[in-house]
Amino acid sequence: MKQEKSLLSFLNNNETRAIAFQVITLLIIAFVFYSGISNLIFNIEAREIHTGFSFLSNRAGFDINESMIAYTPEHSNLRVFYVGLINTLVVAVVGIIFATIIGFIIGVARLSNNWLISKLAAGYIELFRNIPILIQILIWYNMALLTLPSPRGSFNFFDSIFINKRGIYVPEPVIETGFVWVLIAVVLGIALTFLMKRHFKQKHSKTGVYTHTIGYSIGLIFGLPLVVFFLLGSPLHFDYPALTGFNFKGGRTFSPEFLALAVALSVYTATYIAEAIRSGIEAVDKGQKEAAAALGLTQTQSLKLVVLPQALRVAIPPTINQYLNLTKNSSLATAIGYPELMSAFGGTVLNQVGQAVEILGMTMAVYLVISLLISLLLNIVNKKMSIKGQ
Amino acid sequence: MAVYEQQELRKPPISQVGIVRWLRVNLFSSRVNIGLTLAALYMLYIIIPPLLNWTIFDANFNFGEFSIFGFEFGEVMATNTNCGRSAACWPFIYEKFDMFIYGFYPRDLVWRVDSVFAMTAMLFVIVRLVRNRKGSAKILLTTFVVFPIVSFYLIAGGVFGLEEVKTHQWGGLTLTLVIASVGILVSFPIGILLALGRQSNLRVISFFSTIYIEFIRAVPLITILFMASFVLPLFFTGGVDFDKLLRALIAITLFQAAYFAEVVRGGLQAIPTGQYEAADAIGLNYVQKNALIILPQALKISIPNLVGSSISLFKDTTLVLIIGLMDMLAMVNMTANDINWLGRETEGFVFVTMTMWIFLYSMSRYSRKLEVRFSTDHKN
Repeated sequence: MKQEKSLLSFLNNNETRAIAFQVITLLIIAFVFYSGISNLIFNIEAREIHTGFSFLSNRAGFDINESMIAYTPEHSNLRVFYVGLINTLVVAVVGIIFATIIGFIIGVARLSNNWLISKLAAGYIELFRNIPILIQILIWYNMALLTLPSPRGSFNFFDSIFINKRGIYVPEPVIETGFVWVLIAVVLGIALTFLMKRHFKQKHSKTGVYTHTIGYSIGLIFGLPLVVFFLLGSPLHFDYPALTGFNFKGGRTFSPEFLALAVALSVYTATYIAEAIRSGIEAVDKGQKEAAAALGLTQTQSLKLVVLPQALRVAIPPTINQYLNLTKNSSLATAIGYPELMSAFGGTVLNQVGQAVEILGMTMAVYLVISLLISLLLNIVNKKMSIKGQ
Repeated sequence: MAVYEQQELRKPPISQVGIVRWLRVNLFSSRVNIGLTLAALYMLYIIIPPLLNWTIFDANFNFGEFSIFGFEFGEVMATNTNCGRSAACWPFIYEKFDMFIYGFYPRDLVWRVDSVFAMTAMLFVIVRLVRNRKGSAKILLTTFVVFPIVSFYLIAGGVFGLEEVKTHQWGGLTLTLVIASVGILVSFPIGILLALGRQSNLRVISFFSTIYIEFIRAVPLITILFMASFVLPLFFTGGVDFDKLLRALIAITLFQAAYFAEVVRGGLQAIPTGQYEAADAIGLNYVQKNALIILPQALKISIPNLVGSSISLFKDTTLVLIIGLMDMLAMVNMTANDINWLGRETEGFVFVTMTMWIFLYSMSRYSRKLEVRFSTDHKN
């Protein structure tokens, strides 16, 4: 009798139950993994699919029309991985820049006291936010192919940028020896600007004398490198595209696929960034602006020192999240064939080699790393922006 | 004694009343605003007229002859050649309408899909009628369990003498809606379990839930869809012919569960500790505590975000095109490849975009309405 009771209390003990639950969960997970992986190995052997990562050094054997690094079909599959990775990053960076610019403009326009502008911004957000991004990519791509002219009739901007059915042609910077000094000058200029700003800020808090630093900053960041640039005899020139025969030669080409993808990603993500900016600005209490005015701050000072810091605290975290979403959405290029990671490596190489586990694993790992990096950035930003003194 | 005579009231200046005042305040309040207004009007002038010309004024609406109350309308139905290339050719959509809605679903059986659509409409009516009634939870729960099962057997067939329709024949808007509803209904309970698991005190369970949620949220859906279509069959013993639609559904469900889990977790975190402690104090066990006290409150807070997450899922259903399922978007190329209607992608895109937009816009309006209804803060 007594023993039964102690057995019952043992079974009802919370700690025992907790351990039992966890052990059972572990066993179930282990079993699922074990049976899944043993089936996987069996099936892979039965189908005579190769395993391991040796395929990475094999010859790729297909051409990629758009690559930032040298690539020919003779290169290895690993090279395709790098080409795809770099293309993903390129389209993500371009998309992020334009999405931020468009998003900022639309977000501010949404709050404009001009009725027409505000309604247009709202219309933009409602229109593009509620169309799936894949449809937008396909529509931009089809529009580019349908409406852009042939190379002979291409849109010409200052004889240096050309847009036609085959893509957009821009001048390509060619770097010569000595250009590295210009870059060093840029870094030096930025560092000096920081030091100068700190100096004048200290002076401001000590003596109350405010000095405008914008002129010095421009001089240091842009002027210094320019001086170095011309002293060294302009170690950089541009390779301009030019029409030879039926097509353009020279310069750098971005394909219609790239254009469609970049435009669709920026236009779509901008709607979310616009909402983030809008809610950020709306989150600043009206009293803050009034208090700033009461202190005698000018309109610009009030915006710069009071409103924006508080608005950005609300707006930046969701914006960074949208950067991650944009990067992930760039994988939809598979549908139009822009050779980024998912399309070139996760698509073409997968079709040729057939080692889905390894290839998709590598592709997922890249996105995992990107997203870890972005959440790391987000954490740093959040820590830096959290309200101090509360 | 002075005599005061009431003077007639002077009218307010014209610039301070009515439409003139509205225009002055809202469009022409300052020099900058005048410039912006003119720029915006010019932009509209550039965009709107060509758009209207393409879709309506220059477009072809010859759907063939038809008569209403004996009045004859229309002429011979337009074909690809006499439609012209400079404007929309809507007879194309008219003729391919069934393709966009049902895909390759056998034409003599589409009444089954139609009755599912009708049932869905009825479902909305039922939800509206029984809301705020006594015992509504039971009715709703039964409906939400019975409805999907009935719909599935109506569409798939194979029982009660209904002819079986293989999944590769499903397509168009029907397929889009099937994927979206299965995705939402199945991933919702999984999401709740994952959220509870992540919040759990049991380290092992919380560890695996966290890993799962964070991993799925870090990778694009397309990689999971590819995994499901290339690798998933290898995980099962006889899995060589694994239904294509089922693979996509598994991928989308697993993907969406992670997102739902995060939404529900947000709701769980908003529940004050006192609620947990009170449930413990009256001696409820873990299941009772969550089912009766915590989840009803947490889910209620999460409803707007759950709808928001469902909207994303609805958008994501278009991705199944990439793994070769014939959803509505895939029908654009399919129909424009018809030898009689070559090169009519634009009309198809416009039609599909408009359909999806209407669905998504009404969903987002609904979610905003819910947000207002459920918001309990009194900031504004």
